[in-house]
Amino acid sequence: MAKDRFQAPDYYLIDELLTDEHKLIRDSAREWVKREVSPIIEDACQKAEFPKHLIKGLAEVGAFGPYIPTEYGGGGLDQISYGLIMQELERGDSGIRSTASVQSSLVMYPIYTYGTEEQRKKYLPKLATGQWMGCFGLTEPDHGSNPGGMVTNIKDKGSHYLLNGAKMWISNAPFADIAVVWAKDEEGTIRGLIVERGMKGFTTPETHGKWSLRASATGELVFDNVEVPKENLLPNVKGLKGPLGCLNSARYGIAWGALGAAMDCYDSALRYSKERKQFGRPIGGFQLQQKKLAEMLTEITKGQLLVWRLGKLKNENRATPAQISMAKRNNVYTALWCAREARQIHGGMGITGEYPIMRHMMNLESVITYEGTHDIHLLITGMDITGENAFGG
Amino acid sequence: MKILVCISHVPDTTSKINFTDDKKSFVTQGIQYIINPSDEIALARALELTEKDGGTVTVINVGDNSTEATIRKALAIGATDAVRVNAAPRDAFFVAKQIAEYAGKNSFDMILCGRESIDYNGSQVPSMVAEMLSLPAVNSVKSLNVEGSTATLDREIEGGKEVVTCPLPCVVSATEGMAEPRIPNMRGIMSARTKPLTVIEPVTAENMQQIVSYDKPQPRTQVKLIDAANVAALVDALHNEAKVI
Ligand SMILES: Cc1cc2nc3c(=O)[nH]c(=O)nc-3n(C[C@H](O)[C@H](O)[C@H](O)COP(=O)(O)OP(=O)(O)OC[C@H]3O[C@@H](n4cnc5c(N)ncnc54)[C@H](O)[C@@H]3O)c2cc1C
Ligand SMILES: Cc1cc2nc3c(=O)[nH]c(=O)nc-3n(C[C@H](O)[C@H](O)[C@H](O)COP(=O)(O)OP(=O)(O)OC[C@H]3O[C@@H](n4cnc5c(N)ncnc54)[C@H](O)[C@@H]3O)c2cc1C
Repeated sequence: MAKDRFQAPDYYLIDELLTDEHKLIRDSAREWVKREVSPIIEDACQKAEFPKHLIKGLAEVGAFGPYIPTEYGGGGLDQISYGLIMQELERGDSGIRSTASVQSSLVMYPIYTYGTEEQRKKYLPKLATGQWMGCFGLTEPDHGSNPGGMVTNIKDKGSHYLLNGAKMWISNAPFADIAVVWAKDEEGTIRGLIVERGMKGFTTPETHGKWSLRASATGELVFDNVEVPKENLLPNVKGLKGPLGCLNSARYGIAWGALGAAMDCYDSALRYSKERKQFGRPIGGFQLQQKKLAEMLTEITKGQLLVWRLGKLKNENRATPAQISMAKRNNVYTALWCAREARQIHGGMGITGEYPIMRHMMNLESVITYEGTHDIHLLITGMDITGENAFGG
Repeated sequence: MKILVCISHVPDTTSKINFTDDKKSFVTQGIQYIINPSDEIALARALELTEKDGGTVTVINVGDNSTEATIRKALAIGATDAVRVNAAPRDAFFVAKQIAEYAGKNSFDMILCGRESIDYNGSQVPSMVAEMLSLPAVNSVKSLNVEGSTATLDREIEGGKEVVTCPLPCVVSATEGMAEPRIPNMRGIMSARTKPLTVIEPVTAENMQQIVSYDKPQPRTQVKLIDAANVAALVDALHNEAKVI
């Protein structure tokens, strides 16, 4: 990939809404991405390898549990800081951001929110430094948009729980040290457990052949009579609201992250449109290209205001799941649309690894599906405003 | 070791600079500020030295309160504490006077600066500080090592390098190669919240320079290509069009 010359668009001077510390956190993550991610990411994606050497740096920039209190090794930062870090990571690559989202919102968050004090002390500090990596097992081969139908289950064997079933499409699974797994107990109630690598009967085969999120490792979690110690149950939540609480936090981060990808596409397209000449003038001088660029910037600016406000609400504990759905849906769609427009502005060059566009576009095809599909988020908004459930079932 | 690092708060290299109508200052609206790049190098080296042998790194800036975010970044990168001399820097002499005043009262083993600020490009402050404190000054240093009370420094010179030694305390201005600038990490950013940033008032200093006006460079003009074989046309263009011969 050519040298990373990224400059973030800020058409509405949204920087003025951020504190100096927010900007320092964001700019540090941005510098880190320029120095560590951009030079290697194209190659990692071509080879479909998760760049494991980045884990330490990710921990240092605060990508793992920035909003978890400092006593457990987290950053003790606010939600806007979390969002800004996700934005910068996804500006680099959605796969790298996915790794950080999973670790923060899907692993550290449930252990912090639903776990015992012992669990918090045992796992959170090691997860914050990246010494341990985690994954989150909710989706199953036959239960994606409808996780409530899951069949993975636990049986109380007195001294331990016996876990059986399989999870699919699990980010970080191939190398994770621990998995937060959602399974039904004998009453059919969804419970969360911490499953550790090395437990007998627990395997994590990798999913190959992806054309999207190639720098993120995806795999299955297979549980064949795994004996999980009782102290590994997350005691403080029961039912679907457990995993949904985690998803809320992750989706919020994705709403910011996707904007990062959108900004990168816009920035690259803007620069290209000024440098590339056809018919004797820069292509940015043609109305058709200006329309694309102007609309991209308009959508990005709307998205920036959306997440900034959502972050404020989240800081005050007032952001509703439906508001988060709206932001995730809107911003991921914006990013995917920007990637497609930017791809065309780059002409043939747009399909090569010289530019980040095609990689972002392919990555975003996962982002628009995971953590609630584009359709599902629309149904959530629909239900919220009409009171009618259109999910079926 | 006790090291003082002088940091200048300068516009980001990607900022577009425009001047006010009276041409006497530049338009600050919309400008992002950064730590002067060679000062970041000096800071990184100061941290390497104190991490190895123990000691403290104090950063000093002469500037009004708009520079505090830049100073916090230096603290987040790892400086122990910071001092801001509360004054808009008027000229290099004024800046040097403030730094020398503070350094003189707080005996440092070394004063590190950047080679030049990327805004006013004076390359004057370090030597002036050294002169005011009667200390040796070594400029444009690419490598800095300390052994006991002697510093060994590699300097960039035309077509090669010069190795010098000098006794501590001394004033050194850093250039590329001395150290890799550091990116603040989250722990650093959090600890910067509570690190001391002391604001002191300036001492009076004579006004040595007055800015008359600023102008942007002429925009680049069209290039005219003349075939290498056609010397007569080249001579004609130089004589009649460019009027240089
Ligand atoms: C790269 C990647 C990483 C992932 N990482 C994780 C992870 O770490 N942990 C995890 O638990 N999961 C993970 N997932 C799984 C992801 O969350 C699911 O793929 C997603 O929830 C959709 O489920 P599905 O693929 O089974 O699609 P389905 O649910 O089968 O949906 C197929 C289509 O039907 C539509 N649809 C479904 N129901 C309705 C309805 N009621 N009305 C209208 N349309 C509907 C959907 O919108 C979609 O277009 C990951 C997925 C990918 C691709
Ligand atoms: C005639 C004149 C008028 C000026 N008027 C104004 C004005 O009205 N408002 C204004 O904001 N600026 C003004 N400046 C610029 C300001 O005075 C500069 O900060 C000063 O000249 C130092 O810049 P320099 O390029 O000479 O530094 P250099 O000598 O190139 O800097 C070398 C090193 O000295 C250190 N250093 C430089 N400046 C500082 C500082 N402020 N604090 C701590 N360390 C520092 C850094 O380590 C830097 O890398 C003026 C400058 C001149 C020459």
